[in-house]
Amino acid sequence: MDVLNGLAASGGYAITRAYLLGSVHFVVTKHHSNDQNHEVKRLHDSFAITRDEIKNLQQQAHRNLGRQAAMVMDIEVDIMADSEFYSEIEQLVTLSHFTAEWAVAQQTQHYQELFKKMNNNDYLRQRATAVTEVRQRLLSHLLGQPLPDATKLDHPAVIIAHAITPNDMVNFNDYVKGLVTDNGGPTSHFAIMSQQLRIPTVVGTKSGTKQIKNGDLVIVDGVHGKVIIAPDRKTVDHYQRLAGQYAQEMQRYGALREKRTVSKDGHHFIVAANIAMPDEATPSLEDGAEGIGLLRTEFLYMHSANLPDEDQQFQSYKQVLTAMPDQQVVMRTLDIGGDKRLGTLRLPSETNPFLGFRAIRVGLKNPQLLRTQIRAMLRASAYGRLAVMFPLVATLNEFEAARSILDEEKRALTRQGVKVADDIQVGMMVEVPSAVTMADQLAREADFFSIGSNDLIQYMFAADRGNQRVGYLYKGMHPAILRSIKRTIDAAHAEGKWVGLCGELAAKDLAIPLLVAMGLDEFSMTSSKVTRVRSLIKQLEKRQLQPLLHQALAAPDAETVCKLVQAQVPALHDLQ
Amino acid sequence: MEKREYTIVAETGVHARPATILVQTASKFNSDVNLSYNGKSVNLKSIMGVMSLGVGKNADVTITAEGDDEQDAIKAIDETMHKEGLAD
Repeated sequence: MDVLNGLAASGGYAITRAYLLGSVHFVVTKHHSNDQNHEVKRLHDSFAITRDEIKNLQQQAHRNLGRQAAMVMDIEVDIMADSEFYSEIEQLVTLSHFTAEWAVAQQTQHYQELFKKMNNNDYLRQRATAVTEVRQRLLSHLLGQPLPDATKLDHPAVIIAHAITPNDMVNFNDYVKGLVTDNGGPTSHFAIMSQQLRIPTVVGTKSGTKQIKNGDLVIVDGVHGKVIIAPDRKTVDHYQRLAGQYAQEMQRYGALREKRTVSKDGHHFIVAANIAMPDEATPSLEDGAEGIGLLRTEFLYMHSANLPDEDQQFQSYKQVLTAMPDQQVVMRTLDIGGDKRLGTLRLPSETNPFLGFRAIRVGLKNPQLLRTQIRAMLRASAYGRLAVMFPLVATLNEFEAARSILDEEKRALTRQGVKVADDIQVGMMVEVPSAVTMADQLAREADFFSIGSNDLIQYMFAADRGNQRVGYLYKGMHPAILRSIKRTIDAAHAEGKWVGLCGELAAKDLAIPLLVAMGLDEFSMTSSKVTRVRSLIKQLEKRQLQPLLHQALAAPDAETVCKLVQAQVPALHDLQ
Repeated sequence: MEKREYTIVAETGVHARPATILVQTASKFNSDVNLSYNGKSVNLKSIMGVMSLGVGKNADVTITAEGDDEQDAIKAIDETMHKEGLAD
């Protein structure tokens, strides 16, 4: 009985026979050919077949595993569509008179070596994997030698492999009960997919493929990151009990746990999506978003000079709320003015638009605009969990004025017998420094805050993010920003209110540990980043991060903060 | 010819995911679109080209577009650069 230690990547236990998924090393020898037309045709055909194969795999991934998993394969689709890459190989055939397989082997090796030489970050793994995937498929067709294939598995087994690609995952059938790899980290793409499929997985065992033989009885302990080879009777009994308990526990809490983002020490966070169009709601759910943290409503006038009427707006809002049956949707009222214009509304041209007449300032001055929008939102509230927020609020008076418009419209609708939800949350964006300073007072009135970090950073440093000459000031990781965020969160929590953050900072790897330490309740971002952020948060411990937070808040500049986080949060290093 | 300059702010530089989106965006246009970094210039429609530049954080890059739809191309690429968090 041997025990292999690795990293736990997907929970659960598997007790069954091992199946080694070998990696094939194609031997290609340097040969010239006299029949170049024939070689070009072979090359062309192998590209065509591989292109189709990868496209089919991607569609399969989309069907079985969702959009996120399918997107991982975009890079291979792009490589196959890269006409420069193809012509480089073709030239080796036409100009140097090489065989198609030698040309493919040469050129793919060239890129593999190039990517390996770039030691600037971990991402080369992903690039190298994609090139290897393409190379293997092309060579397999050119040489007429099949690739190892787990689709033919006809008995329950644990797959043991050097590495597993997302493509492999798509090929696995229901007989695959566990996964063990030599390489990889808990945030490898395939590991994220195995979590979705609930396949117990241990990664980074280093020597799994050397120590385990085909047909060995193995126990995969995906909870503690251990693999036991040829266990004795007592160990098997012990693990069978654990597996039984785990299955029961999963049944009891499974649905709940699956839906929640919980840190290692049990703190619950919401990771939501920022969307700009109603039909982005459903895809963002598929991407794993736990709600909408920001619905920008500027789409309303993107295609026309005039705002759609109340009914049209109502249909749009209803569409989003219906798509999110249990999740909260935070809608932001119109953020127009500044650099965003609205045709019929004659807004004066200003010398300093970002400090000018925009967002809630326009809404309060043209209440008919705001009232129409709010009425449409309130009517839609019957279809889901609506929260409304006002952008660019600078003072308590502004918030109270906006809120009373909402309250008036709500009373009017109710009087007319229109159904309006009674638990609508009304909050505000915190993006103006005055709101940070007065957060304690604002927190008494607002139901929640949403920190708009992009604008907050430029207003805090008085630096236009688009102006390259002052770009050096625009630093989200600067202690000035971190202190403002912490102050806002503390003020809200003191009143029992929640805080979200919907700027780019919410999806920034280095910022997330600090935001978790501060107790930010909701992270909202482009939906393609949701899974990554969720898996990072799950690896963090809020309490353990407190000393780091204190050091960061006391640091003199953003660079120091970044170095501190990098040095003290090991979970960042195996992110993909 | 349309030209834009950027400093890459993404922690991980132009890695696989944003690279594929940039390539897909550039490929929608007829114009020749190039990405230059560190004295080397590659076709922004070629994923292998883009990845082989190894553009990391803080890299100063230039994107040019030349052709009948150069303005639309540079605009779309500019949006992608911001949306994917590559540049501020």
